[in-house]
Amino acid sequence: MAARSGKITKDFVFEKASAFFASVVLFLAVLLFAVLLRESIPALRKFGASFLVTGTWDPVLERFGALPFLFGTLVSSFLALLIAVPLSVGAAIFINEFAPPWLKAPVSLLAELLAAIPSVIYGLWGIFVLVPILRDGLMKPLTKYLGWIPLFKGPVYGPSMLAAGVLLAIMIIPFILSVSREVLATIPQRQKEAVLSLGGTRWEMIRIVIGQHCIPGIFGATVLGLGRALGETMAVTMVIGNRPEIFASLFQQGYSMAAVIANEFAEAGGLQLSSLVLIGLLLMLLTLVVNFAAKGMLSKMVARASRGI
Amino acid sequence: MENVFEIHDLSSWFGENQVLKKIRMDIARYSVTSVMGPSGCGKSTFIRCLNRMHDMTPGFRLSGQILLDGVDIHSEQIDPVYLRRRVGMVFQQPNPFPRMSVFENVAVGLKLNGKAHSRADIAERVERSLVMAALWNEVKDHLDQPGISLSGGQQQRLCIARALAVEPEVLLMDEPCSALDPASTAKIEELIEDLSEKYTIAVVTHNMQQAARISDQVAFFLMGELIEMDKSGKIFTNPSDKRTEQYITGRFG
Repeated sequence: MAARSGKITKDFVFEKASAFFASVVLFLAVLLFAVLLRESIPALRKFGASFLVTGTWDPVLERFGALPFLFGTLVSSFLALLIAVPLSVGAAIFINEFAPPWLKAPVSLLAELLAAIPSVIYGLWGIFVLVPILRDGLMKPLTKYLGWIPLFKGPVYGPSMLAAGVLLAIMIIPFILSVSREVLATIPQRQKEAVLSLGGTRWEMIRIVIGQHCIPGIFGATVLGLGRALGETMAVTMVIGNRPEIFASLFQQGYSMAAVIANEFAEAGGLQLSSLVLIGLLLMLLTLVVNFAAKGMLSKMVARASRGI
Repeated sequence: MENVFEIHDLSSWFGENQVLKKIRMDIARYSVTSVMGPSGCGKSTFIRCLNRMHDMTPGFRLSGQILLDGVDIHSEQIDPVYLRRRVGMVFQQPNPFPRMSVFENVAVGLKLNGKAHSRADIAERVERSLVMAALWNEVKDHLDQPGISLSGGQQQRLCIARALAVEPEVLLMDEPCSALDPASTAKIEELIEDLSEKYTIAVVTHNMQQAARISDQVAFFLMGELIEMDKSGKIFTNPSDKRTEQYITGRFG
């Protein structure tokens, strides 16, 4: 009896201890949110909702608006998705369905290693390799011949929205790729066989079963990639140009929410500091919403897969 | 009677593991052939060789010949994609496409390989296939409902209709009733009899009564070997091989 009650006590302690650790995590999240909210109150009081639609960022006149940063974050992230999603899904299809077994492991390992590279390294590589290549190989010719299209308007500097989008794309490929591979792996074998048995080619098999099973999952993977792209700071700061203005051209410089915080936080005070914190709060809410949406979509898909449909 | 399939010394392996041993078999046109035997005897593996379903299984290989109308199905003349249009298949678990309606499920095969059929033509073929699969009367008023909203037995007949829509010559059925209740099973068995007027059918089953009810001829497989193949009347009343007798009297399997 003594031994048994001893065991119960140990279980009791273990349960309470783990509950304590879990609540610490929750408490930290609430604390983070509370501090951001408190510090941003002066800016909220002063600018209110107009903070979201104001395009000025002027520390001298103390007029601050988040629009250029919101614009830069959203445009660079969507540009990244535009590039990364087709590449990642295509690579996932190749690795899962076509690659010979000896090639699968090295390719997927290398792709996943991309996720382990620190973002400042991406930034350096962006400055010294990617930006010159994009500038001389893509932006200059496009401006020369298609400069009348607003998207490709010059002048060309190098650091730009395009550079940030491309660099972000490379950075989020491993995430979209690995989730896409998991999604593809949930396709029931008997569905693939159904297409083959009707005289479908391998390509038709993939096209049909992806349409039948994977669209919500791939959408979830995309949103997850978006969540990562929105918050990425260092690499974007290094290649986006850091100019708080809005241009239609992808070749012009921009600024992102994370970048402005990183650049100005150390020397800011007063209303500027409060405005930066408000931008941080907005960014946190944005990424939270996006990540919850992605999780929701993916878990829905996993539930469907476990029911075998 | 003319043979659709002639199989000569078919052996096959998954990796090192030999699953079929020198199978010789003829399958006559417009007949129903049952392939029965205990689990793991190679009956499913065998039937899936006939439409080259193993092509993409890593480590699978085979030797011997499978002639379809006298032509080796592994010869260069035969594209597996077209082979599978001539030799359709119905699976153990009903596997309709979950996001397609009843109509789309039957029509899907008609849209493969860039084949363009007119809308009216597709509608006509879908109806004809559903009628042949004895499902038309049950679904004609809700063709746009999802295929997976049907009952299990209806789903399996939907899959049969889907296979029939591409107008195969042969229909392979891999334990088509094992996931169904007795009433649905009876319907499918009846359907198999009707279809045998126009199609050559090979059915894998581990249910001896079913084999006796539906087939013209029965093949008994044991551990990868074809032990005996004969008219269904003969094999269940007077089998030539002792092992067949042991199986049908319930001594093993």
